[in-house]
Amino acid sequence: MSPAPAESPTRPSAAAFLAGLLASFRSVFALVLIGTYVGVGALAHDFGFSLFWVMLSTVLVWAGPAQVIMISALGAGAPLFEVALAVFLSAVRFLPMVVALLPLLRGPHTRLRDLLVPAHFTAASMWVESFRLLPKLPQDERIPFCNGLAIGFMLWGHVGSVIGFYLAASLPTLLTAVLLFLTPMSFLLSTAQSSVTLVNRLALAFGLVVSPVLTYLQVGLDLMWTGLIAGSAAYAVHRLRGARR
Amino acid sequence: MIELSPYLVLLLVGFLPNEIWRVLGVWIGRELPEDSEFVVWVRAVAVAVLAAVIAKLTLVPPGALATAAPLAVRLAAIACGFMTFLIVRRSVFAGLVAGEGALLIGGLLFPA
Repeated sequence: MSPAPAESPTRPSAAAFLAGLLASFRSVFALVLIGTYVGVGALAHDFGFSLFWVMLSTVLVWAGPAQVIMISALGAGAPLFEVALAVFLSAVRFLPMVVALLPLLRGPHTRLRDLLVPAHFTAASMWVESFRLLPKLPQDERIPFCNGLAIGFMLWGHVGSVIGFYLAASLPTLLTAVLLFLTPMSFLLSTAQSSVTLVNRLALAFGLVVSPVLTYLQVGLDLMWTGLIAGSAAYAVHRLRGARR
Repeated sequence: MIELSPYLVLLLVGFLPNEIWRVLGVWIGRELPEDSEFVVWVRAVAVAVLAAVIAKLTLVPPGALATAAPLAVRLAAIACGFMTFLIVRRSVFAGLVAGEGALLIGGLLFPA
């Protein structure tokens, strides 16, 4: 990564945190998170969870798909082990996401425990926006900026949860469907937008093809296998093209 | 069987199985330089897993999305959103509005 330009001296970390928080208000993900968590809040209300429990689950889990799985499975009375396994499998994506994000966050003096907070905040919204916004910032502003960004996103999620929880009874099914559709639609568009290199564009395209095939063939651990197969295929193309040049 | 507190349940089946991947990520990624080939590969894997999440949520979605909007409507809506994104200078917002609008109209015209 190129060093920060000399004319922009490093801000104190509180200012960088605030800048991240404000960036979350300008992001399209503010809308996506409100909408998504209106869906989560309504779902939780329907299954008899308390509003505080839902909001705590947002702070602790911070993964829309995992929360939807957890709330509907617990609410339907599934065995705890099965719920934990389903959440565990859906969260595989965080391993490569965190590994890819860390080099962008880490400077020469970064302590390991400073990385645990942004790692906890890692979710599709924050991950995509970090790759868009962090490279412009000096190295030592990136972690506080990232934390501010994620906390801002979390606040929007809470706003959505409260709305959804109290509106649950009056939400028509089609509107709930529109809210749930925000997750795949926004994941697709923001991943496409942040994928500027050939290897990432190919990984997105290959993944969209490989995943339905594996699901159709009823292969277990399909998220993990899709990642390894499609990601490695995209990487192989990238290496072959590099070798020819 | 003993009745567990809902907060203990949240920790056991929500927080722990989810968080373990993030902590593992920190442990594996703590010393990798940004330009390493390994990180390029890992990011490609992460993007492909996101693609799989997108495909699954569209093809075999949870709850109301499956009941209120049939598969053809969901596929048309996601294509409509993506095409709009490409046409309108790669704007996520424009694509999102078009995709969501298409799903709403499709759901009204073709109730499942």
